[in-house]
Amino acid sequence: MDNSHETQVPAASLPEEPARLEVEQVKVSYNGQLALDDLTFQVAHGARLAVVGPNAAGKTTLFKALVGLLHLKEGRILIHGQPLGHHQDCVAYVPQREEVDWRFPVTVFDVVMMGRFGQQGWLLRRPGSSDRDAVMESLDQLGILDLADRPIGELSGGQQQRAFLARALAQEPHILLMDEPFTGVDFTTQETTLDLLEHLQSQQVTAMVSTHDLTLASERFDRVLLLNKRMVAYGTPQEVFTPQNLSRAFGSQVLFLDGVAVVDQCCPPEEEIE
Amino acid sequence: MDFLEFLLTPLSYAFIQRGLLAALMVGVLCSVIGCYVVLRSMAFLGDAMAHAVLPGVAVAYLLGRNLTLGALAAALVVALGVGLFSRRGMIKEDTAIGVLFAAALSLGVVLISSIRTYAVDLSHILFGNVLGVSSLDLWLTAIIGGLILVSLLVFYRQFLVISFDPVMAATLRIRVGLFNNLLLVLLALTIVISMQTVGVGLVAAMLVTPAATAFLLVRRLPTMMLLSGLIGGFSSLVGLFASYHLNVASGAAIVLTTTLIFLVVFLFAPGRGLVWDLARRYAT
Repeated sequence: MDNSHETQVPAASLPEEPARLEVEQVKVSYNGQLALDDLTFQVAHGARLAVVGPNAAGKTTLFKALVGLLHLKEGRILIHGQPLGHHQDCVAYVPQREEVDWRFPVTVFDVVMMGRFGQQGWLLRRPGSSDRDAVMESLDQLGILDLADRPIGELSGGQQQRAFLARALAQEPHILLMDEPFTGVDFTTQETTLDLLEHLQSQQVTAMVSTHDLTLASERFDRVLLLNKRMVAYGTPQEVFTPQNLSRAFGSQVLFLDGVAVVDQCCPPEEEIE
Repeated sequence: MDFLEFLLTPLSYAFIQRGLLAALMVGVLCSVIGCYVVLRSMAFLGDAMAHAVLPGVAVAYLLGRNLTLGALAAALVVALGVGLFSRRGMIKEDTAIGVLFAAALSLGVVLISSIRTYAVDLSHILFGNVLGVSSLDLWLTAIIGGLILVSLLVFYRQFLVISFDPVMAATLRIRVGLFNNLLLVLLALTIVISMQTVGVGLVAAMLVTPAATAFLLVRRLPTMMLLSGLIGGFSSLVGLFASYHLNVASGAAIVLTTTLIFLVVFLFAPGRGLVWDLARRYAT
């Protein structure tokens, strides 16, 4: 496995570095309909990428394809230059709030410990003290150490999200996928999430975050992928957020007021895939 | 009649001792695996698999094959059939279960009622015949039940993650489909070995009720499984004694006992029960 992510050089100054994540001409269909069509892009080490698009643009589908949960109709996905399934566990995923069964009988500690299962090996190995330490450290970093023994369902929305962030952190990922982490959370949690992304970037972790918040995407991320089943635009926020691109992605949902693009979205949960 | 006599009189018969052991094992087993049935909303699927056992037994009898194997195969065919019917979202899963469930039951009734020479009473498959348990049955139950419990223990983390967060399971390179199917196989085995004790008509209750009771009382999966197993085992013993003394069907007595425990917990569970809830509302 390549260890270059431990260097502290910003990814942008290393154009010759092989991309961490490569998506090549990927097509995914769901319910007989094409949910992602001919998608091609590359993400460098340590990039913070916002994935933006209208509802049902295929954001969740893209994430599920990236973790190998959906069959690719065409194309391929490479991580560290190797096809999915041919590398160590290095992708962490923070699910949308609606996808989690909050009544499931697990404590915050249990949830974060799941992040260590990949490192533990799967047969008859009990969590060791290094796993326990990693869990406690992740909880501490997100300021929820005192909630470790609470059932996950008893926490506030923001605390729940932090528990899932702690789990992702305990997984020691190279790539972190987050599905709509800024929807329906308080300001503190939003800032904690963004701080964590910054911290992870300093450790050369690649982050892909889907969001409805175009302002956040343009101000707090260094790359934006504008998606509407196909790729509309990909690049820096300045390159991507042009009136033309926004119209192509959002159609009539986008309004231009005094040169400022406003997208009319009430963001119901995406109903794409079970 | 004093209490000791109440307990010991039935135990003087060997067939009751065997029945008691079988009921205890099945009660614990159903209740432990039932935690996944409850948490993964598989209650209806479990019921469908149980009723599929009926045509399985009949077909195995007609072909002169082992009845237990026939029952197991039929339960698995229905579980896989539900997956096939509901795949790609053509119809919803509960609809697929509804279609197959009724079909399997009807097929079973048609087959069994047409076999004039069939020695086993239909009601024994439907409602169990715990006092007819042979020593061989008992050994079979112990071995298969032990295997199921060991599998649940060994693959605890896999089953936990695929149940709580299948997407994360995929990122951890757990083979989600494989473990979903393994769970279905374990469930089918549980149903088949419960056939004689509580019957296929009532096994769904043993899969759901003790686990639902434990769910109301504890907040972690290992303790939920432990408590559910205790409730299931206790209900089996109490139900069987009740059936002896009241001269009623044993499977039904066991299910009613566990239902009674559920109702008490539903009303009085600390912090969550209905009475607690009302008291809190009244207090504020």
